[in-house]
Parts: sequence; C-alpha cells; structure tokens
Amino acid sequence: MKVGEALSRLPGFSHAVLVVPDQNGYPLSVATSFRVVDGSVEVTPASTGPAVVRDTVEARLVVSHIRPYPGVGYDQRRYIELSGALSIGGPSWRFNPTAARGWDEQELSFPELCQRALPQARRYLTALSAERGREVKPQMSVGWRLFLATRLPFLTATIVPVFLGLAAAAYDRHFSIGLALLTLVGAVAVHLGLNVANDVFDTLSGVDDVNFTPTKFSGGSRVVQYGLVSLRQMMTLAAVFYVVAIIVGLVLVAISGLGLLWLGVAGVLISYFYTAPPLRLVHRGLGELCVALGFGPIMVLGAYFVQTGHYALRPLILSIPVAILVMLILYANEVPDRFADGKAGKRTLVVRMQPAAVIRGYVGAVAVAYLVIAAGVVFGVLPWPTLISLATIPLAYQTWKGLKAHYDSPYQLMSYLGKNVNLHLYTGLLLVAGVLLGILVRR
Amino acid sequence: MALPRGGLYHETVTSATVVASMPAPVVELLNKALVGELTVIDRNGRFRTDPLIPLWDGRYILMTSSILFSRKLEDIKRNPKVSLSLSDPVGVPAQPFSRATIQGDARVIDDDLHLGWYRLLPLWEAKEPIIKTFLKPMQKLGLPLFWERAIIEIEPKRVLWWPNGDTTQEPRVTDMGESAT
Repeated sequence: MKVGEALSRLPGFSHAVLVVPDQNGYPLSVATSFRVVDGSVEVTPASTGPAVVRDTVEARLVVSHIRPYPGVGYDQRRYIELSGALSIGGPSWRFNPTAARGWDEQELSFPELCQRALPQARRYLTALSAERGREVKPQMSVGWRLFLATRLPFLTATIVPVFLGLAAAAYDRHFSIGLALLTLVGAVAVHLGLNVANDVFDTLSGVDDVNFTPTKFSGGSRVVQYGLVSLRQMMTLAAVFYVVAIIVGLVLVAISGLGLLWLGVAGVLISYFYTAPPLRLVHRGLGELCVALGFGPIMVLGAYFVQTGHYALRPLILSIPVAILVMLILYANEVPDRFADGKAGKRTLVVRMQPAAVIRGYVGAVAVAYLVIAAGVVFGVLPWPTLISLATIPLAYQTWKGLKAHYDSPYQLMSYLGKNVNLHLYTGLLLVAGVLLGILVRR
Repeated sequence: MALPRGGLYHETVTSATVVASMPAPVVELLNKALVGELTVIDRNGRFRTDPLIPLWDGRYILMTSSILFSRKLEDIKRNPKVSLSLSDPVGVPAQPFSRATIQGDARVIDDDLHLGWYRLLPLWEAKEPIIKTFLKPMQKLGLPLFWERAIIEIEPKRVLWWPNGDTTQEPRVTDMGESAT
C-alpha cells in the first residue's frame, strides 16, 4: 500500500494506536486521536506514565476497524500500519510516514489473503522442521487428502454419461450389471487420473501457484500447494488411476469387441494430454472441446457399446446435451481462474474472450443443449419422456444471471458455479430417467 | 477429536491456582475485546502491529495465529517483548469504556499446530461463536492451512490503564512482573 493512499484512508478510522519504544526495550502502544495534515499526521500527545516519549523516535501508527456481529463474531475487518518518524514537541506531535501496509477484507477477500500467504506458511513449517529436527507438515487424514486430491465430488461428470449410455442400452434391450459396474470403474479411474494429472501439470507449469482465487470448483485441489500431498505422490496416484483404467478398458475390449478400443484410447489420450505436454490441449483453447468429447460421446457411447457391441444414433444424440453441459462446468469454472490461467499461458476460451462474449457463449450453448433434446424427441430418436429434462431450464436461467452479475467476484460467483454443476447433474439424471420411463411407456 | 494435552483453557480459569493481579477493569476489557492491536519487534528491531483477538485465562493473555500469518510468531521467537493495546470502543465493547495497554513477554506454543490450539476454543468461541461452524471437516477443507495454528501466550509485565479511555490523562500503571510468575 502506498503512503498517500493510506493517508487518504485514515480519516475513516475513529482513532489510532501509536507505537513507540520504551526505555526497557518493549514496544509501547497507546491510543490517540489524530488528523492528517499535508502528508503527515498530527497526533494528540498521549500520556504514558513514567515511560515518557521523548525527542524523535521511529514509530508506528496503526488504525483498525471491525464491525461486531452479535452472536456470530465480526466482519468488515480492515487495518493500516504506517511506519515513520514521530517528532515530539509542541501541543501536538508530528508523525511522518514513510511506508504503509494494510488489509481491507472488502477489497481483498479473506480466502484470497490466505492463498497469498501460502509462502509464509511454508517458510514457517520449514523453519519449524529445522528447529525440531523432523519434518513438520500440515495434518489431514489419508481419506480427506484423497478426497481433496482426486476432487471426488466431480465424479458426477462421469456417473451421468455412463448411466446415460447404460440407460440407452437398456432401452435397446441390452443390460448386464457386471459389465455396467466394470464400465463405471474404468470411467471413474480415467476421470480421477485426469483430475490428479491435471494438478500435477498445473503445478509444474506454475498455474496453480499464481492462482490466488481458487474456489471449490476451480483452481485445482491445491493439495500440493498446501503441502498435504507431495508432487511425487500425486504423480504416483495419477499413474495408478491410469493403469487401473487401461486394465479395465482392455478387459472390456476383450469382452465387447475391438470397436471399443479406439474409443478407449481416445478417452485416455484426451484425459492425459488435457494438461500434459507436449499437447497441453487446455492451454490451446481446446479444453472445453476435450471435456465435451470425453464426458459426452466417448463415455455415453462407450458404456452403450460395452452392453450392446455396436454404436447407435440414440446414445450419440443423448450424449450431446450432457457433453455441452459438462463443457459448461469447465467453461464457467474458468471465469474465476482466468487471470491466473492467462499469466501462466493457459489460453482457455474464457481467457481469449471478452466477458460479454463468454456470457453469450454460455447462453447459446445451454440453448443448443435443450434444443437437441427437443429435436431428438420431435424426430423420434429420443423417447418423449426425456422432455422432463427441460425442467432444469430455470436452473440454467439462475446460473446465467449469477454468472452475469458476479463475473468479477470469484467468491460470490461460487454458489452459481455450484448451480452450474447441478445443472449438468440434474439434466443428465432426468435424461436417464426419461429414457428409463421410455422403456415403461413403450411396454 | 482427541483433547490436547493440558486440557481446555476455561478449566484453567476456574483453577484455584490462578494468580489474578490484573486490574479488574482491564480484565473486563480483555474479556470483552473482539480485537486488540498486538505489537511485536521484527528481525530488524522494528515494530510490527497486527489486530488479533485477545483471550484471558486468568493468568496469561492468549492469542492464536495461523501459520499463514506467522511473521509475528517468528518475531516473538526472536524477541518476546510485546505490547497489546485495547483501544477500540467498537471492538472492545466494555462498559464503562476505558483503554489499556499491556506490555509483556510472549511465548509461541507450536508443538502441536493441528490440535494444540483447540485448548483455546472455549474462550475463542465465546467471542466468535461462528468459529465452531468453520471447524466442521468439510468446511476446514477449504482453507486447511488456516487451521494449522500456534498459540501466543503473553505473560503481562506492565499494565497501563486509562479509566475513561482518555489517553491524554495519566494512566494507572500496574507492574505485574513478579505477581504473574
């Protein structure tokens, strides 16, 4: 904070605390009133008992504010600390500030302040480890670390398309519970591998280190930044998930036929090269397309093929709305990440486009998703009960409004990013329900 | 969650072993204060002041600081001399209003960053009830390092108290160096 800016803010505080050295080597802090005069601060002399302040001393002038919130705590935290020289003499003392620091939570949110303070936490832990002669790390149970590192709640993005493919196969009178479970395991492994690998490569490229506004929907898991999991452990975890995915995939190919192989290979490659060099698809503005393909047609058609041994138009049409809506999860989640992404050369669509265009793009894509469902029913490809998925249109409307209103406020945007995740989940599950109802209606 | 060694701090307050020579009006300020300005001496011998919630256990002034904001902890480890100002009529809603400055020697307790500070929780929660909500596992996941915390324990040495909050008047000074030990 610049001194001039700090001085301009001082009149907003009721009093200041003046800090001077006492004769015993302690700091002595005392409340006082003040007024800003010509680039310096006129301070009312304070009485400090026998520890009399004399001459010119190096001092601090501190102002702080909170708003008590009875039964809760407080908010509106802000403070400024000015460093400078205090001249004693005359009816008032004169404080000439030379440096200033401070924080106002209405300008820099507390979560962002915490993210910016991560290097200090790491320094402290390093020093403490040296002091103790053993490594001191933040503590968290293995279960919670895995939950964070894999970003487990995002598995809905996999569950929805797999269920949709299975429902489409059931509509065509093909269903094996064993194959369905195996398909789910393989798809989940690819997705978790992608999530973990994404964090690994975003850490290596520096994207996650310069992102100070992560939310629970964006900015990665940050387990490496928090020192909860090492980069090496993350690499191992990603490798384990990919190995599981490949083994399950090969078993499914052996059971269902070679036609699945190309889809599986495409899925694993897109997942891995999403952030991995040399392709780094997400850095080239192809992230949305990759996510749409991977969590749309590839998973829906893959799950369908495993059950039926062939491809068909109906699962392809069903995959388009969920592909669009899952793509929009990534698209909207990139909004709070756009500055960090841009700094790290991650040229996502949101980084490349103006805010108004991003929002127009969102509305257009949602409209296409619903139109595909309606057209699918009109042309007799989708069973008419799938129209119940249009019930999520109000949720899409709310998400659009929130995106528009809070585009520049990451933490206010967070609840709308949650609605956006739910939009994909609910629309997808209603599509699944619609297809299954279609089986009943047909009979 | 296992209770940390040493028990909860509110238990200490009720203990008969407490030495209570802190002037009663200053105890009132400490018990009501939602914020106090803690000044420490940094590695260059310069002052650094941060607002913190002061807690009083009957013997020590206690504060807790996340390792995210641990500059003050490093400074205290190098130089324990600190000063705490209780000055804000809004942040220190004691009736009648007065002001105090407490100088003392601080100690950082960071042997168990994860659970050690839970001893402070009853005192902290009394001033900031919402804190308990943030301690639910899913809530803590959002900012895990914020919950890795040290305790700052200040042994008061000298207390300056201005009865009406008017610091242009002579303060009443209490030397506590001997009584607190």
